[in-house]
Amino acid sequence: MKVVIIGAGHAAGQLITSLKMDETITGSITLIGDEPWLPYQRPPLSKQYLSGEMDVDQLYLKPKEFYKASKVNIRLGHHAQSIDRTAKTVTLDNGDKVAYDKLALTTGTRVRRLSIPGADLEGIHYIRTIDDTDNLRKQFAPGKAMTVVGGGYIGLEAAAAATKAGMKVTVLEMADRVMNRVVAPEVSTFFEALHRSQGVDIRTDIQVTGFTGEQTISAISCKDSPDIKSDLCVVGVGVIPNTELAETAGLKCDNGIVVDDHAQTEDPDIVAAGDCTAHPNGIYGSQIRLESVQNAVDQAKAAALSILDKPETYCAVPWFWSNQYDVKLQIVGLSEGYDQTVVRGKPENSAFSVFYLKGGTLIAVDAINSAREYMMGRKLITDHAKPDPTRIVDTTIPIKELV
Amino acid sequence: MAIVTYILHDGRSKDIEVKTGESVKDGAVNNLVPGILAECGGALACATCHVYVDEQWFDKLEPAGEVEMDMLDFAEDVRKNSRLSCQIDITEEMNGLVIHVPEEQY
Repeated sequence: MKVVIIGAGHAAGQLITSLKMDETITGSITLIGDEPWLPYQRPPLSKQYLSGEMDVDQLYLKPKEFYKASKVNIRLGHHAQSIDRTAKTVTLDNGDKVAYDKLALTTGTRVRRLSIPGADLEGIHYIRTIDDTDNLRKQFAPGKAMTVVGGGYIGLEAAAAATKAGMKVTVLEMADRVMNRVVAPEVSTFFEALHRSQGVDIRTDIQVTGFTGEQTISAISCKDSPDIKSDLCVVGVGVIPNTELAETAGLKCDNGIVVDDHAQTEDPDIVAAGDCTAHPNGIYGSQIRLESVQNAVDQAKAAALSILDKPETYCAVPWFWSNQYDVKLQIVGLSEGYDQTVVRGKPENSAFSVFYLKGGTLIAVDAINSAREYMMGRKLITDHAKPDPTRIVDTTIPIKELV
Repeated sequence: MAIVTYILHDGRSKDIEVKTGESVKDGAVNNLVPGILAECGGALACATCHVYVDEQWFDKLEPAGEVEMDMLDFAEDVRKNSRLSCQIDITEEMNGLVIHVPEEQY
């Protein structure tokens, strides 16, 4: 069997691992990717890799020798231009055609770029790839002024790394609070205070209108606000799923490549996994698209099993994490649609958690330096538990005895 | 470097050379030892690299930190020699370390 994988990110790395761990597989695996790098972890790019605590070899999901020993055909630095589903071939940017029996699309996402005046100036950075972080880190120097556009995970993690490097950091968030898309107000308030205590200037309700400078950025213009002098800028305003290849091939896409709960597209010979997919989630009963390591890994396993014709349903509680300074935020579940939040612990102690309920059922937990609440949340969400809010807030009740 | 023996739940075992500074998790993941998932890559965020350290070795290792203990408390079939393998960094003294891999991570 000839397996071809397009996109060399986390899902691709897991897919190869899962295929290779199956003792029945024979045939070839070809990995095609735009970037020159073997599959690597992206989460550290805005965390330990940006702050220099991790080197590039530690980012790889598997060492180079693994791919050699596994005889994976590596076609990195090549963009897949089209898929011919009838001939079952993939055409690369250099005209090469690669034949497949089974095709896996792990094309991931790309950053959303700003298209306001001055957006092409040098010194404006995005974080998605090793090269992005390498370029950004080269600009880090104590005393420099860095502005972050977008107060989400990436922006805040970059702000923390830059602050640790002795830079003067300003964060601009369009909404009325940071991380507003993913966490409750209590958590936003905590992280805003944390960053301010480290010297970061956090400004919310502010709209960036343009960048100014000769060749390199020197200032950022905002609506109804004076210009902000900046030596460099990091933009973290979300990502766009890479679905064009699938769409052109006639596969159904709807904010992601549409797959079923076996990571299978409507074409029986094509699977898809990771950030690029729109998939059903059995726990929440809806079609979702996730930007997370957990989904990349778990869905890639399901994709591998579909390729091997041993299908297993992918149904997992999503989880995420973020490290900022010495604070660890762990999130389990999806809070969208909640009608009640219950806070356990005290934010002023830098250890608390927020439980999100919908009709009494626990749907998500944000845990700040509270690994126990996070772990318990994972179990309870899977069980569709309805914990009693008065017991959640009562920290004299051990979390294990909550239900 | 140290040779680490990973004993799988079905009794099979693998001897793996793990470099000093790498973790017990790295040795497993880089060499396709089944049963150690380590989904978060060692960020102490997922508790899917749970292992049992052989009784003879358990006390010789640096003890688990607070977050690791908290995460472990909720792992599947946790025992008194349970550890998260991403938190055990290999030293020269660990040559011969024996690790038992649990049947399931969750």
